[in-house]
Amino acid sequence: MSSLARTPILRQRRLANGLFQSICAVSAVVAMTILGYILWFLLRQGLEYFKPTLFIRLPDNVNPALGGIKHSIIGSAGILFIALGISLPVGILSGIYQAEARGKLSQSVRFLTDVLNGIPSIVIGLFVYAIWILPYALKHPGQGYSGLAGGAALGIMMIPLVMRTTDEMLQLVPQSLWDASLALGTPRWRTMLLIILPAARNGIVTGVMLALARVAGETAPLLFTVLGNEFEGPFTGPIDALPLRLYKYATSADPVQNSIAWSTALTLILMILTLSVIARLITRSGKK
Amino acid sequence: MNLPGGTIHGAGDRYNWRDSAYVSAITIASMVLMALVLAIGSALLWQSLPAIRTLGLGFITSHEWDDAAGKYGSAAFLSGTLYSSLLAILVSVPISICSAIFLAEIAPKWIRLPVTFIIELLAAIPSVVYGLWGIFVLIPLLRDKVMTPALASPSITKIPIVKSLFTGAGYGPSMLAAGLLLAIMITPFITAICRDILNAIPSMQRDAAAGMGCTQSETILKVVLPSAAPGLIGAVMLGFGRAFGETMAVTMVIGNMTPNTPDGKSLGLFDPGYTIASAMANKFTEATPGIATAALIELGLVLFVTSMLINFAARSLVKVAMRRLG
Amino acid sequence: MHSATCISVNNVSFWYGSNQALFDINMDIPKNAVTAFIGPSGCGKSTFLRCLNRMNDRIDGTKVTGSIEFESQNIRDKSVSVEALRRTIGMVFQKPVPFPMSIYDNIAFGPRTHGIARGRALDTLVEKCLVDAALWDEVKDKLKSSAMALSGGQQQRLCIARTLSVSPEVILMDEPCSALDPNSTHRIEELITRLKDEYTVVIVTHNLQQAKRISDNTGFFLRGELVEYADSTSVFGTPARKETDDYINGRFG
Repeated sequence: MSSLARTPILRQRRLANGLFQSICAVSAVVAMTILGYILWFLLRQGLEYFKPTLFIRLPDNVNPALGGIKHSIIGSAGILFIALGISLPVGILSGIYQAEARGKLSQSVRFLTDVLNGIPSIVIGLFVYAIWILPYALKHPGQGYSGLAGGAALGIMMIPLVMRTTDEMLQLVPQSLWDASLALGTPRWRTMLLIILPAARNGIVTGVMLALARVAGETAPLLFTVLGNEFEGPFTGPIDALPLRLYKYATSADPVQNSIAWSTALTLILMILTLSVIARLITRSGKK
Repeated sequence: MNLPGGTIHGAGDRYNWRDSAYVSAITIASMVLMALVLAIGSALLWQSLPAIRTLGLGFITSHEWDDAAGKYGSAAFLSGTLYSSLLAILVSVPISICSAIFLAEIAPKWIRLPVTFIIELLAAIPSVVYGLWGIFVLIPLLRDKVMTPALASPSITKIPIVKSLFTGAGYGPSMLAAGLLLAIMITPFITAICRDILNAIPSMQRDAAAGMGCTQSETILKVVLPSAAPGLIGAVMLGFGRAFGETMAVTMVIGNMTPNTPDGKSLGLFDPGYTIASAMANKFTEATPGIATAALIELGLVLFVTSMLINFAARSLVKVAMRRLG
Repeated sequence: MHSATCISVNNVSFWYGSNQALFDINMDIPKNAVTAFIGPSGCGKSTFLRCLNRMNDRIDGTKVTGSIEFESQNIRDKSVSVEALRRTIGMVFQKPVPFPMSIYDNIAFGPRTHGIARGRALDTLVEKCLVDAALWDEVKDKLKSSAMALSGGQQQRLCIARTLSVSPEVILMDEPCSALDPNSTHRIEELITRLKDEYTVVIVTHNLQQAKRISDNTGFFLRGELVEYADSTSVFGTPARKETDDYINGRFG
């Protein structure tokens, strides 16, 4: 005869259950609270200098409070543009390769892509320095840094992300679409270019924008490649970028520059947020 | 509308060269990708050869890094990287795994989406922004609320293990700050992966346990977690790998100095230190061409190899775990 | 049976990896007629259909032996261009698959690929295909609108019009009506009956009434073998083999 009553042991187990559930809930809350606090602090501190002068003026060495970070914003935008130029062709084409080919070679490529993805960003910056800038700097000491090199470093970081997103989005296109096109006698390149890629276009664009958002905040690779600048400059020479400016002002001894650092951080976060939001909107619009 | 007779020949030439060009283009792109990884390793190796030849194994074993004296030993950086990453894992793992369990198993459905969204957002905050917060919020907080009281307290100096950990210079930038900041940074990352792994476990297993009268916690602890264990370990290792290669946030809060002890080594959490990445970032501007630069690049090579190994081990674990779950 | 043979199949066997799916198929498919393939699911009729335009080539690990000749040309010959083959032997699938573009662009896609027509000539071609597919009246005012907005039956007629646009000789159809309502099915059956004047039609169907209604010749497939192949009147009226009789009378599915 089994009893369904609540014995002391059962009560104990239920207590333990509640305890465990609470621990897990509290962990989640703690994690979110800390991170929420960081964001709130950022907003509070950053609003002080978050005004139009920040965006349209260059740094003012005489009166730092009047200066801005216009060149950093332009620099970041330009570097991201260059990064796109490098990562899009290589990333999308190799993503197409993955979707089309099945075999040992494509497996090796996928493996190496994962490896590339896991390399710390500072190492990638160092790589670009070692092969592009160092040889030049040996003959012309202190020179060789450029926005192009920075864009190259960020582009290299984006390639695995773009490749993976292209591959995944192409695989999502239903097989029947491939069949219908090929049954008309359409050659493979035309099927891919005119039917399959357009079908996957939204997903790929989203993935690319998310990749951009990911590398927009990277500082370490820029340390060795674009060096930083107080002024605007051509992209063939050293330029400034938002994360670099942030680093410089955050570690500076001048309290005004420290304050501007918060606003720079806010600007950077907003830029990343915008990219992410646009990416999500594109996904949403495609689904309609 | 028919063409006279049917033809299945001809028109072949029209497509052939375009199709070949297409295949070539996508294959070449993949080759470029492969070549990149090999190029990175080779370039780093090549440019660090002068240092490797001159310094040999001492690069890894020696604790001294003195530019002026021409001595380059990265052992201090290596141990600093290990120490800070381990610290980060210690703090982050309990919170990450419990949060992941909460999200995957316990939380009501309507909470899951917004929280997941927030976690994704937080994982997107750049390292340098964390560093900024670390300098102006975390460090003063630690200094005033943890370090100064601990250093002044007579009782702490009595507890054996604690006393060698909770000691050091204590003026702010420290291993403790770096470890904690890293922990905060890798938590969203580890939580997201663990949550995916937990979600991949078939619900039949949970149903079976519940059908035997297990509470939810018992189901999780006795059935779900053991299944998920290899994957969770892989996730933790991935987080470790992340912390290992993290540069900016660490550079901004770790002090970039060797501790003021006789041999330059210290277990003290309140002492400043270095990691490989922070040393690279920090010493770059002072590096003169020649041995100094080559040594710096050799540092990069060490970081490259170690993080590759960690990541590879971690991904294999995660892959094996996912495959076992089917 | 009509005397002119369009496709001649000799001793064709087919493997998916190590599984043999077709055993020694022999048949002559006549021109300007409707030939139906019937049989229970898994009997190989669709697999065989896909051999005729080499769509099975797309799957790894398949093997074909024997010869398939279109108007005395071996379709597996090295000199044959698969694109040209598939243009000449077109295919309509079970599920309607419109391309995600406008109705006009759907029909124009094939002609543009093969360089058949441009400009005004293309417009005329598109119209003719849509007329022949009995879709023109319903879409003539909205050619630029998306094809995805059409109903299932309309989409399938669109796919048929698209197949017609490259001037094939043969149209292969793999259960074209099974995803459609009875009304659309009826319209497409009427369409097929008209198409055979200009084209050769081969249709796979599991609907025996449909096969009886529209086909001139019928082939009955069972477990990868071609059990019986004759004019439809004979196959449905006086089947020569017991298995055919059993299947037609519903003694097994």
